[in-house]
Amino acid sequence: MSVTLAGTLARGSFRAGLAVGVADREVLGVLGPNGAGKSTLLRTLAGLLPLAEGSLRLGGRLLDDPSKGVFLHPEERPVGMVFQDYRLFPHLDVLDNVAFAGRCRGLSRRVARAQATEWVDRLGLGGLAHRRPDEVSGGQAQRVALARALAREPELLLLDEPLAALDTRTRLDVRTELRRHLSGFAGPTVLVTHDPLEAMVMTDRLLVLEAGRVVQDAAPAEVARRPATPFVARLVGINLYAGELDPDTATVALDEGGSLVASIDPGTTGRVLVGLRPSAITLHVVPPGRASTRNAWPGTVTGLELLGDRVRVQVGGEPPALVDVTPDAVAELGIEPGLPVWLTAKATETDAYPDVATLPA
Amino acid sequence: MLGLALLVLPLLGLLVRSPWADLPHVLGEAEVLDALRLSLVSASSATAIALVLGVPLAWVLARSEARAISLLRSVVTLPLVLPPVVGGVALLFAFGRTGIVGRWLDQWLGLTIPFTTAAVVLAETFVAMPFLVITVEGALRAADKGYDEAAATLGASRLTVFRRVTLPLVRPSLAAGAVLCWARALGEFGATITFAGNLQGVTRTMPLAVYLAMQTNPRAATALSLLLLLVSVLVLVGLRDRWLADGRRR
Amino acid sequence: MTRLLRLPWLLIVLLLVAGCGQAPPPGGAASGVGGTIRVFAAASLTRSFTTLAHDFERQHPGSTVELSFGGSSDLAEQIDNGAPADVFASASPVNMRQVVRAGNARRPRPFARNTMEIAVPPDNPGHVHGLDDLARDGVKVALCQPQVPCGSVAREVFARAGISVHPVTEEVDVTSVLTKVAIGEVDAGLVYVTDVRSAGGQVHGIPVPAAVNASTTYPIAATSGSGNPATARAFVALVLSGRGQRVLARDGFGSA
Repeated sequence: MSVTLAGTLARGSFRAGLAVGVADREVLGVLGPNGAGKSTLLRTLAGLLPLAEGSLRLGGRLLDDPSKGVFLHPEERPVGMVFQDYRLFPHLDVLDNVAFAGRCRGLSRRVARAQATEWVDRLGLGGLAHRRPDEVSGGQAQRVALARALAREPELLLLDEPLAALDTRTRLDVRTELRRHLSGFAGPTVLVTHDPLEAMVMTDRLLVLEAGRVVQDAAPAEVARRPATPFVARLVGINLYAGELDPDTATVALDEGGSLVASIDPGTTGRVLVGLRPSAITLHVVPPGRASTRNAWPGTVTGLELLGDRVRVQVGGEPPALVDVTPDAVAELGIEPGLPVWLTAKATETDAYPDVATLPA
Repeated sequence: MLGLALLVLPLLGLLVRSPWADLPHVLGEAEVLDALRLSLVSASSATAIALVLGVPLAWVLARSEARAISLLRSVVTLPLVLPPVVGGVALLFAFGRTGIVGRWLDQWLGLTIPFTTAAVVLAETFVAMPFLVITVEGALRAADKGYDEAAATLGASRLTVFRRVTLPLVRPSLAAGAVLCWARALGEFGATITFAGNLQGVTRTMPLAVYLAMQTNPRAATALSLLLLLVSVLVLVGLRDRWLADGRRR
Repeated sequence: MTRLLRLPWLLIVLLLVAGCGQAPPPGGAASGVGGTIRVFAAASLTRSFTTLAHDFERQHPGSTVELSFGGSSDLAEQIDNGAPADVFASASPVNMRQVVRAGNARRPRPFARNTMEIAVPPDNPGHVHGLDDLARDGVKVALCQPQVPCGSVAREVFARAGISVHPVTEEVDVTSVLTKVAIGEVDAGLVYVTDVRSAGGQVHGIPVPAAVNASTTYPIAATSGSGNPATARAFVALVLSGRGQRVLARDGFGSA
């Protein structure tokens, strides 16, 4: 029952050439900046947009192929979709929202409601069955939307930023819960998000889209460790530098100035990306001693940002970097913008990998 | 405030000058009861027809992206600017015995529309339906298409989407449009008297009866007007409570 | 606007009249005849009164006759509600009586009589050839409603002929009956002789036998509230004069 799409998506004048496949029980996360084509992909899978060219199959069934004149409308596809704003029908109560798909399948009101009751109970909404959508909380509405989509008995499940409409606290609970429900779904799932944590926790594989192109397609951990583009690096909070590798010295001459000694896989050569976690960099207010196994370079503090129990320090230099320190250290060392500092990072923590996505400058 | 005065003063005039004492007497006359019954039946029928024909029309106007739609929209609003008497003449030319359609109805089916209650309903529908269409079209245009999409992904055909989602969402406007349409149909005079004629129990609605009474017995005419006003207010208030409140909460 | 446009036209007429060297009309400016009067007249008088108004303006240079035609009952209602009429010519004594009783006119004079005639569309689809045909099943007949003169007179005719006619519609005035006949929506209507004549070829007239025919008498009066009583009286006099009667007879009216 896996889903495969290869072709050109179109929405207005926007075009995106993609090849995507999702296996049964696999949750594919789609990550990317606004306008990258995430919702266009989702809408094309749902049948709300037709393919400009190429084909889309679900299991053995052809859903969309302009060259063959095949296009199944949304109502003809076994696809369930959870919209970002949920789009619960305001004139129906929770139960009737969930029973909607059953009614569309031609079930009687009684049977459709009985089936819906099962879904409502399974998602822990039992007490809310006769509430109106405007009488339930955001997290509950999210579950109603999921129950409604699942009640369609879909073979492909689509979720468009399912947690975006929730506040931070609720998001944490719902995320865990949603992961549990998704793991119970037998078909392929495609989940669009721009929240990296959501992507890490809930998906089996990540597809990074930028400007209508796939720039990375890998396991979430791999994406977090070795982001392919500055966008992803920023999302996962990693310092990312592009440069030219000298394999003999394991030194990367960075495009934005400076150089870093990195750990490399054997045989790596040419254009590389260097990923450096902010927590792997040490900040000094006095010049550190020299060592060949680590990188050391001077810089100036340009900004501070409190992130929970640590402080992210922005340092200008060659190269610039984000460095995580403890709030204690900030006080102790008197870190403030304009302060000259030295940065060090072990070569073993400095990860260089081939630049496959050909970075935009 | 001036606007309110302009609307209220004539009604106030009617109320003040009304021979309230005549009302029970007027209500007892068979002729008046005939006219009242005919008015209510024909205005309600016209509204029902306008709902059945006008709502799909409003949907097409709201959702179609064809360029000819703006032309179609002007055609739909035309009966609003047409003097009702001209509308009546137009109806005669279309559905009259020698009209472009009526001629064939007469020849093939032996059916003549003018001077029947059906003609009253037709004239009222012609004049009043644009009110419904315009109101509903505006609401459909403003309605969130996201719900339609959501319904489609749940397996709803276009018809089901329309019936189960779009219509319920615009129900307050639908009710408002129907009420406007009904009120306009109830007060219809010009097109009715021209197209349907004027015969007690068949085509003589309240407005025609009022006009008729005006010629011989202005006092009775005032009483009749008052009766028409009271009945409309009663029905409108009743519907308002039932329909408009209903749209918010079941 | 209308007034401004009319002024030069009036001057031209005056000059023409003067140029023709016509004798000053009897009872001219000296007796206070001049200015504008408004004549409210029954719709059936449209043709005759338009001619007479023209005559009047020619006879009394400097005077203008504004004509307002309508159903007699409507006109009476308007006058009683203060409409600025100087002369009222009604198609029925009933409506005149209403105005007189309200104190808005005095001493009405009968000036014409109108009898009934059957009007049928030119192709006569109902094959109507006489009064009896109007009572036949399947013949669609339009009448005036009984509350207006043409309606009550029509019913008087049927009573005299001993027939019972069931109209498909009761119109508010005789013009509406005539229209429904002319466009072929009904097979026949009972209207005034004068209406058939003024409709030209649009309807065909079938006479009602004199023995059963009924008529209505047309009264005329200057109104009490007239701002120009001398001119109003002069117009009434013209209608009653030989010239007035000739014009009315030409259009099918009988003498009162």
